[in-house]
Amino acid sequence: MNFDLTEERQMLQDSLRRFLRDKYDTATRNAILDSDTGFSAEIWAELAELGVIGALFSEEDGGFGGAGFDLAVVFEELGRAGVVEPMLDSAVLGGGLIAALGDDTQRGLIDEMIAGSLHLALAHGEPSSRYDLSRVATTATENGDTITLSGRKAVVVNAEAADMLIISARESGDVADEDGISLFLVPTDFAGLSMRGYPMIAGGRAAEIVLDDLTIPASFRLGPAGQAWSALAARVAAAEVAIAAETLGAMETATELTRGYLMTRKQFGRPIGTFQALAFRFADMLTELEQARSAVINAAGHLQADARIRDMQIAAARNLLGRVARQISEESIQMHGGIAMTQEYELAHIAKRITMADHRFGDTDTQLERFIALSAA
Amino acid sequence: MDLSYSAEEQAFREEVREFLAKDLPKELSDKVKNRSDMGKEDFDRWHAILNARGWLAPNWPREFGGCEWNAVQRHIFEEECAYANAPRVVPFGLTMLGPVLQKFGSKEQQERFLPRILSGEDWWCQGYSEPGAGSDLASLKTKAERDGDHYIVNGQKTWTTLGQFANWIFCLVRTDPNVKQQEGISFLLIDMNTPGIEVRPIILLDGTHEVNEVWFTDVRVPVENLVGEENKGWTYAKYLLTHERTNIAGVGFSLAGLDAVKRMARSEMAGGRPLIENPQFAARLAQVECDLMAMATTNLRIISKAAVGQAPGVEASMLKIKGTDIRQEINDLARRAAGPYAMPFASEAVGDNDPLGVEGAAKSAPAYFNNRKLSIFGGSNEVQRGIIAKVKMQG
Ligand SMILES: Cc1cc2nc3c(=O)[nH]c(=O)nc-3n(C[C@H](O)[C@H](O)[C@H](O)COP(=O)(O)OP(=O)(O)OC[C@H]3O[C@@H](n4cnc5c(N)ncnc54)[C@H](O)[C@@H]3O)c2cc1C
Repeated sequence: MNFDLTEERQMLQDSLRRFLRDKYDTATRNAILDSDTGFSAEIWAELAELGVIGALFSEEDGGFGGAGFDLAVVFEELGRAGVVEPMLDSAVLGGGLIAALGDDTQRGLIDEMIAGSLHLALAHGEPSSRYDLSRVATTATENGDTITLSGRKAVVVNAEAADMLIISARESGDVADEDGISLFLVPTDFAGLSMRGYPMIAGGRAAEIVLDDLTIPASFRLGPAGQAWSALAARVAAAEVAIAAETLGAMETATELTRGYLMTRKQFGRPIGTFQALAFRFADMLTELEQARSAVINAAGHLQADARIRDMQIAAARNLLGRVARQISEESIQMHGGIAMTQEYELAHIAKRITMADHRFGDTDTQLERFIALSAA
Repeated sequence: MDLSYSAEEQAFREEVREFLAKDLPKELSDKVKNRSDMGKEDFDRWHAILNARGWLAPNWPREFGGCEWNAVQRHIFEEECAYANAPRVVPFGLTMLGPVLQKFGSKEQQERFLPRILSGEDWWCQGYSEPGAGSDLASLKTKAERDGDHYIVNGQKTWTTLGQFANWIFCLVRTDPNVKQQEGISFLLIDMNTPGIEVRPIILLDGTHEVNEVWFTDVRVPVENLVGEENKGWTYAKYLLTHERTNIAGVGFSLAGLDAVKRMARSEMAGGRPLIENPQFAARLAQVECDLMAMATTNLRIISKAAVGQAPGVEASMLKIKGTDIRQEINDLARRAAGPYAMPFASEAVGDNDPLGVEGAAKSAPAYFNNRKLSIFGGSNEVQRGIIAKVKMQG
């Protein structure tokens, strides 16, 4: 047993933490939130420079990491600082799927991604798919050497900034079958593809996408026809590890802010942290934070395991996180009083990151259902 | 023991329903339902409609233009209004200042201010809290010094709800710094147009402009705007707080909110079935509903005591805690129900005509965040627990 970070990961954590502390304070981040693009190209370039994107890819893909713990280290730091740049969607999902399924030409894009000069987005969820990963109603019809895509994609994070989209569509089977799903790598300026963008509550932007008989060359297909499921599930698993670690980082910040406030805010002539009614709840927050940390370690440590074990660990971790993250976010706000209700205050954004993470890839209830199904199997 | 409403109360409910069906403009109820931003003109419009019917001031005595409803009638009215998505009545003039002026104000003050609250000429806001004085309100520092027939006010109030619409503010100010905190506070009425007052917006975490900072620099306030006696303001402030507590449980809001969540969960699909059939979600929904059913009765038990003249004491604190817990839980269910469509920030830019997700999804997360305030303001839930424990253990 060894719960220490490797030297490389420790260095990455230190340098990323330092960078974000110096460059990503509340005012800078809030200005980014209000900007038209919803993220800073400059910060993105600097993150690439620091090797943050490279850490998310394995050596054979041109990076120097790519394991569960690499994702966990990076995303915990991003979470601590409430970073809104689309690392998860562009790199982990987008880049990761190309790494998993791409042919040699397509894989050439990973270098660009690691260098910070390419943006991607995964257009997978649909207006009524909620958290069902295999529910794909969008169709792909092959016609000689072209393929026509029709359907709608919902809440596609980073779609507007992306140079290319990875679009899921069904080539065969029933609407919720795992078999029959294909992925296609499509430049966003392709005719027939329209999007309606909007900002998101916790920062960043997403879009609704309409594929109105979008006709593309068959060479845009990523991997074999109708067999994208297992790669997709594995990549979403990686994204879940990432978002779990990000939430953990955000919870650490919420807890630190609360600690500071409890010790400095005075009412009735004394620091409010001296009221036992608050002190005990703060102690509970710390205890749950350690539980959350262990859950993230479990999930990250099993990212490369068999699908069933991997998914059980991830479901368990995210179920726990969904519960304790809510507790920590709500308790932090409550124990701050009015100040935490203001947009300017760091905790407001952190609480939104924590809460909205529960809306990606399955909320705490969905995770419990998955866990029950997997543990009964 | 009889759980039913009397025939008179039933008839009253019918009367309220008819009124709402006829006189509540659809534009207003749509705004409430969709949680669209309400402007001053929206609140003014609803006040005017209620005033025309004579129902704007349920808790005021008849001599001042109120309807003198008892607590059960008020409860019925509030419940029906919530179901009909009526805008809330802005409480600062009507439920807070009004009763204080009626009990402690001079005849001149009553004649000058009360009619203008009803007519909508004056919009009041509440200047209690300060940056350093929240739960510990009595530590407030904004000071008022006597200078001839004026007070000179200096200091800062904060969290002033809808102060941007107000032309008057009632303030707690320090008039004697040399005595026990509670004994040096006075209750002043201040015209917001007086030179030296500055209102600065505070944007809340859901992006709304609902509260403000109000700064006072050498603001001259005529002494006739002092309510009651100098240095007795704490007594009036406490009296006001007991009135702030009517409808504290917000049962109507919870009932309406729960209905809305059920509607969402019937349309939202999960695993190819309506979300409302999902065992996890159904269990959460049922749990809140069980709590709410009991709380509705707790609420009625307490207010029917009040109806026969027994003032609710610690029970009001209990209702505040339970009522806000339940409302916040319902807000949490709504954002859960929305699924991935809770994530978009539903600014007007997204377009009201083509909403994202099921009806109610767009504002579910902002409402969840905004209503974290419920357990913070009006005496935080910790402060309420302190009151319950203190009263019950120390008598
Ligand atoms: C949206 C909003 C609207 C508001 N509108 C108005 C308004 O119109 N006018 C107005 O005057 N005020 C208004 N308020 C202010 C509100 O009344 C205060 O926020 C409230 O009194 C709490 O004060 P505080 O925010 O300074 O928190 P603090 O008093 O600093 O409390 C911080 C935390 O400490 C806890 N705490 C404090 N003392 C104790 C104790 N003895 N034991 C245990 N726990 C304790 C609190 O419960 C809270 O959790 C509003 C607030 C909000 C958020």
